[in-house]
Amino acid sequence: MSVAVRVIPCLDVDAGRVVKGVNFVDLVDAGDPVEMARVYDDAGADELTFLDITASSGSRETTYDVVSTTAEEVFIPLTVGGGVRTVDDVDRLLRAGADKVGINTAAIARPEVIAEIAHRFGNQVLVLSVDARRAPAHGEGAQPSGFEVTTHGGRRSAGIDAVEWVRRADELGVGEVLLNSMDADGTRDGYDLEMIRAVRSVTQVPLVASGGAGRLEHFAPAVEAGADAVLAASVFHFGVLTIEQVKQTLRAAGHRVR
Amino acid sequence: MSDEGRPLVAVLDYGSGNVRSVVRAVERAGARVELTADRSVTERADGLLVPGVGAFAACMHGLRGADGVGLIERRLIANRPVLGICVGMQILFGEGIEHGVRTEGCGEWPGTVERLQAPVVPHMGWNTVAPPQDSTMFAGIEEEHFYFVHSYGVRRWELGNPTGVVGPVPADAQVDTPLRRPLVTWTEHGGDHVVAAVEHGPLWATQFHPEKSGDAGRRLLENWIATL
Repeated sequence: MSVAVRVIPCLDVDAGRVVKGVNFVDLVDAGDPVEMARVYDDAGADELTFLDITASSGSRETTYDVVSTTAEEVFIPLTVGGGVRTVDDVDRLLRAGADKVGINTAAIARPEVIAEIAHRFGNQVLVLSVDARRAPAHGEGAQPSGFEVTTHGGRRSAGIDAVEWVRRADELGVGEVLLNSMDADGTRDGYDLEMIRAVRSVTQVPLVASGGAGRLEHFAPAVEAGADAVLAASVFHFGVLTIEQVKQTLRAAGHRVR
Repeated sequence: MSDEGRPLVAVLDYGSGNVRSVVRAVERAGARVELTADRSVTERADGLLVPGVGAFAACMHGLRGADGVGLIERRLIANRPVLGICVGMQILFGEGIEHGVRTEGCGEWPGTVERLQAPVVPHMGWNTVAPPQDSTMFAGIEEEHFYFVHSYGVRRWELGNPTGVVGPVPADAQVDTPLRRPLVTWTEHGGDHVVAAVEHGPLWATQFHPEKSGDAGRRLLENWIATL
């Protein structure tokens, strides 16, 4: 007995619709988040992550509707991130049926919001989402760990050290860290194992590896580097890999899976 | 089956956060459900489900405000089933210690809810459990995974010598009545043994979330509903 490595598909949701191609047979509507959630549940996903990329605040209402409908139909944990700024945002998402809520930019702008959310709802609901990339170790823009936090989808440096940021967020009260490598994201060349190791060494909370998954042999090394869960988006959506294949590979490498 | 043929489960509404999933999962498992704190319903319903998320102290505060402690006591005296989930299980024990603050629980079982001692905390994700052979709760799902998310738990069973013991039981533990032998199910996370579930007469409880545990969780809720 020990907790199983979680395999988590991530869905980008824009104004209530799943965007990016979803290549499954027998789908009535690949753009419907609830339908997709059901398909991934049946496929053996251990958890689902919705990343709300809705730009306009007016469309945020649809996100709450999507979350509540999904929570009523799919009985595995659901994490929702994207656009979360305040304690009230978290409250609304939890009431809608999210189990965990991811926070990113708002926490960089005002780290105290982490403590406020953790105090109100407990740290188990709060996921710190970190978009990090490699930074020079010396000279301009250098960071001691060699990794920096970015914003705006990896286009801008937040000017802070990624490892130090996780250590601080851990102290403030996050319950999990979703570590997304902006260098590896979209490359399908594998997770940034050095980054996972560096972050693992400064936090006791569960660590979700994200960014770079492309082949079956990418997953076990991420776990061995210290990840408790592996997240991927495009390889699952485009049918390159199945969740069951990933689990079989992890199992063959000696890791526990459900 | 008609509405009348299905047992009624009252999900205790005492401000413990999101209960939508619990309500839907219990419906899916075949019961009628009312989310309520109305005493006329919570006392008479076939089953009472006590949810709970967040801090032990906050849950106890909410429970006392809704007369939940007395409600649980009155139901158990009348042999009417109660199921506690997550912090709804923890508050059934003697006390909880969070951040050095000690809070009195319902005291249905002696024991302390304390911080887990594992390399990675919270204990978050799907884990297997070790149910005793005569478990009703886990009948048919003994080998399944269930979804846990908690940083605190019961690491020492202090009442009697239950079947299926995995974790530490003190040598001087009192002997419990054979009529209502507690069945304790344990799990292990990072070397730490934690109570995952208890079946004890009409009082059942799980540390994990059956409502988030997919088909295995559904079977467990069906097993409970079948006793109502």
